[in-house]
Amino acid sequence: MTIEAQKAENGVNVEALLGAREALTEAPEAARFKWRATSEWLNGTHSRATVDGFYGLGGEQKHRQTFTFDTDHPEIFAAEDNGATPVEMVLVGLAGCLGAGIASVAQNRNIQLRSVKATLEAGMDLQGILGIDDGVRNGFDGIKVHYEIDAEATPEEIAALVAQSQKRSAVFDIITNPTDVTVSTSKA
Amino acid sequence: MTTRAKRRLAGIVDVIVIGAGHSGLAMSYALSQRSIDHVVLERGEVANSWRTERWDSLSLLTPNWMSRLPGYRYQGGDPDGYMGVREVVDFVSGYAVATSAPVISQTTVVQVTPAGNGYRVSTERGDWHCRALVLATGAFNVPVVPRLAEGVPAGVTQLTAMDYRNPGQLDEAGVLVVGASATGLQLAQEIRHSGRPVTLAVGEHVRMPRVYRGRDVQWWMLASGVLDQRIEETDDPDRARRVPSPQLVGSPERSTLDLNSLRGQGVEIVGRLAGVRDGKAQFSGSLRNVCALADLKMNRLLALFDEWAAVNGYDSEVASAERYAATDVGAAPRLGLEFGREIKTVLWATGFRPDYTWLEAPVFDRRGNLRHDRGVVDAPGLYVLGLPYLRRRKSSFIHGAEDDVRELSVHLADYLDRTARPQLAAVAV
Repeated sequence: MTIEAQKAENGVNVEALLGAREALTEAPEAARFKWRATSEWLNGTHSRATVDGFYGLGGEQKHRQTFTFDTDHPEIFAAEDNGATPVEMVLVGLAGCLGAGIASVAQNRNIQLRSVKATLEAGMDLQGILGIDDGVRNGFDGIKVHYEIDAEATPEEIAALVAQSQKRSAVFDIITNPTDVTVSTSKA
Repeated sequence: MTTRAKRRLAGIVDVIVIGAGHSGLAMSYALSQRSIDHVVLERGEVANSWRTERWDSLSLLTPNWMSRLPGYRYQGGDPDGYMGVREVVDFVSGYAVATSAPVISQTTVVQVTPAGNGYRVSTERGDWHCRALVLATGAFNVPVVPRLAEGVPAGVTQLTAMDYRNPGQLDEAGVLVVGASATGLQLAQEIRHSGRPVTLAVGEHVRMPRVYRGRDVQWWMLASGVLDQRIEETDDPDRARRVPSPQLVGSPERSTLDLNSLRGQGVEIVGRLAGVRDGKAQFSGSLRNVCALADLKMNRLLALFDEWAAVNGYDSEVASAERYAATDVGAAPRLGLEFGREIKTVLWATGFRPDYTWLEAPVFDRRGNLRHDRGVVDAPGLYVLGLPYLRRRKSSFIHGAEDDVRELSVHLADYLDRTARPQLAAVAV
């Protein structure tokens, strides 16, 4: 007769994740995923991207619904501001990935989360993309992420959650490490 | 086949131990205690890797008082010091003499195949046959170098921790040391002290103070039971076995070696080497996080020591608890360096792996790792010793051999008894 320890409930199915880890260890082919998006230029700096299906577990998969994302530039760039800028979308991706990681790690460590709020800021010198100074890169000169987390855990345990989430984050890896990019074209 | 047929039979024994390092010799001692007929085959001389494959200034990560093998312990006058590589050679060689180990030196094993009810062990000096075989060839046979080494420009000299002996070998220009285990940090420090500019590429690592609350950190690890933690008690055994060696050095000053101290000595700290492109090294932007992970892990370890000391009444015997400054990587760690101009040498301190290319038996998994359960290999009568976290956290340390060898020799003796029985039964019928 043991008293059952209280189980954290963060809405993450850790058993399924751990099961997947075990299954994919034995089936490396099923672990090979392909993520996809399509995009169409609308007007000016305004584009609309669509995310619908992806490949994984040995076959084609579908999202529950089709998602679309508008990107544009703000009015101070003489644009129409029909959506977030593409660089802001990068921050959105990073926040989404780290947040998912924090919840998963917390669930696995049986830590109840009450609130997880992230603030992200990336510096960028426009002299890069405008070609004013070759010494300035096009992209961010750095990203700062701050997490404010309320959870049933010590500050050290919370710091460890955030650190572990970075360690296992795909978007964190994509941003911090080089990725080979191939862009091809064809005439429609 | 014909060449094998021509080879002379060197001997038939119950057990062959391959490798006369501390693990193989400890197993030999355990087998002798049980009067089990065996030989120890050694490609060179006793403690060969220590003699021929280590850098000049290497010292053990454990203090002398911890250096012990079954039936043998450190007897010198400096219990708190750390053996240099020559002293390790003398210590292990002294053990071979003291235990009258049946070592056959200068005998390189070229092939092992299952044969009959045991193994054929082919050497350059004839074939042996045994019923049980112990692989004690160590975990550090082949340097692991990441594939991106192929992209390093031709004008840059590349060497591994196995090739490195001292800074005198290196060009006077900048050196990129890749890897932040004990090896990487020790070599970065030594090369920096020789006056060369050094950049250290840092991925995941294990940070520890040399001395904590007045005692060697290894004393704490041993006393609190951390070194005796068993592999089956870990959440993820594969991961536990891959953890790099802690950032420690055995110096007379007993000083702590960490990224902060290296930065203070002028070593530039950068992220993990993530790419090589257009003649440039690209470093990961994950440096702050790998340092945060290591700091958090160190503080958890120190908290465990503090708790142990409080519970076991050591608080009055040791100095008061302390915590160390977080790792400071500077305002803007560099993300790239130019080979040739800034870096003339790359020193790979990216780990080692065992070499079993001579072992022709179906005992390897898809990734080429030996399949074994805590040293009992997935083949009858086959054992392995001395790998990181083989059975316990201390398994790959000199003092870790004793417990592993005691347990595995019991298993081995039982195996010999069991496999002998059918023959006896046949005779009885």
